Amino acid sequence: MNAPAYNFAYLDEQTKRMIRRAILKAIAIPGYQVPFASREMPMPYGWGTGGVQVTAAILGPNDVLKVIDQGSDDTTNAISIRKFFAKTAGVATTTATADATVIQTRHRIPEAPLHGGQVLVYQVPIPEPLRFLEPRETETRRMHALGEYGLIHVKLYEDIARFGHIATSYAYPVKVNARYVMDPSPTPKFDNPKMDNCPALQLFGAGREKRIYAIPPHTSVLSLDFEDHPFTRYRFDAPCALCGAEDSYLDEIVTDDRGGRMFVCSDTDYCETRQSSGHRGSENAAPHKERAHG
Amino acid sequence: MTRVAELPAGVADKVLLAQSTFRSVMDAMARPGTVQGIPAAAGAPAGVMRGTAAIALTLFDHDTPLWLDPLMSEASDVVKWLKFHTGAPVIADPSICSFALIGDARSLPGLDRFAFGSNEYPDRSTTVILQVESLTQGPTLELRGPGIDGTAVLQAAIQPADLFERLAINATLFPRGIDVVLVADNAIVAIPRTTRLVAKGD
Repeated sequence: MNAPAYNFAYLDEQTKRMIRRAILKAIAIPGYQVPFASREMPMPYGWGTGGVQVTAAILGPNDVLKVIDQGSDDTTNAISIRKFFAKTAGVATTTATADATVIQTRHRIPEAPLHGGQVLVYQVPIPEPLRFLEPRETETRRMHALGEYGLIHVKLYEDIARFGHIATSYAYPVKVNARYVMDPSPTPKFDNPKMDNCPALQLFGAGREKRIYAIPPHTSVLSLDFEDHPFTRYRFDAPCALCGAEDSYLDEIVTDDRGGRMFVCSDTDYCETRQSSGHRGSENAAPHKERAHG
Repeated sequence: MTRVAELPAGVADKVLLAQSTFRSVMDAMARPGTVQGIPAAAGAPAGVMRGTAAIALTLFDHDTPLWLDPLMSEASDVVKWLKFHTGAPVIADPSICSFALIGDARSLPGLDRFAFGSNEYPDRSTTVILQVESLTQGPTLELRGPGIDGTAVLQAAIQPADLFERLAINATLFPRGIDVVLVADNAIVAIPRTTRLVAKGD
């Protein structure tokens, strides 16, 4: 017997057909969660099995794939998924946002603007925005059917009552095409405005919860808020220590045990592109030099 | 009895045909009104356009009950080809079909005879695949909705002429509704249930 042979992009054709039909209905009903028969993948739940199945169903030999994990191309999850598709589909991979045709993401939207030829595939842990407010699937399904979203406004109001502002900072609920309330997966709310009127197609896959949903290009995506407490983005008030960017979402990196910290771009491609075009932050005035802290 | 050898072929490379066809359909659905090409050539029986055949081979299987208009269901070659290559059950009741194939616009039944899905499960609805004369020439249709930046202009010769008037029920029913894929030879245009007709020209 020869070495095990996989079908193109790992999944069998029957599974791909089922996922593809779910994707088409998801696009036709923006924000609605389409149930699908999620398969076991050669990775544990929580590692992006939903996103991987969606990517496998859409990927073709001419695609260029980018995979990010919290904005980073270099973490274990991103690297393993990229290698998985390089091996099972033979597709070209990249870390450059602009060159990719399919971008699979765990919880960030790249800083570089997306364009019309791209598909952004989100890995989603819990697709139901109402789940922590109402545990019964029969009830949340009825609430979506009736467009009855009072409960989620109450949740945001309770934030204001307790903290003085809407303290939800990630998985911030949005309303898609003025109809379905949707969980944008646990992206920081900094990224929410990028979903609105985005030229790229956005697909969401939740493997464990067996749901696929979508936002077509140029669709209105509104972050829920109140007139007197409008939606606001959040980012640390600092420039990136590596590239000096003032507009990117930042990760806080603890550098020692005496309270030392630095802020760097979460989007590694964005940061590296800026550095290679000469932008410098406080930590790397000269490129590629180590500096002692303390 | 028809032997397999007498049926028109399906395709040589199923996997990549299905992938490229699906991407065309996905792009069409994501950008209503834009004309997408179906690159791969699939063998097809008489009366079934190349695009329709490729979509059938890509999306139909034993899980998708299929309703055929009388023109197609009476052509035994079409039924045999579909059953052999896709395994999809051909049914007589349009209200429970996943896909409906319409070759002759005159026999398009009232849209309310198809499945709209329920408010809880609006995805359990029929996708109508309608073969039309042309998707590049004919009266202009101005469309708007999700997937369209502003408005999209489609020039197409579509029968029935009142298709978009009939599809107006999608606005009332939403999130229930009917999604339509128009096919002219190897070109396709999708009209998902969110797409609205703004203006109609000549």
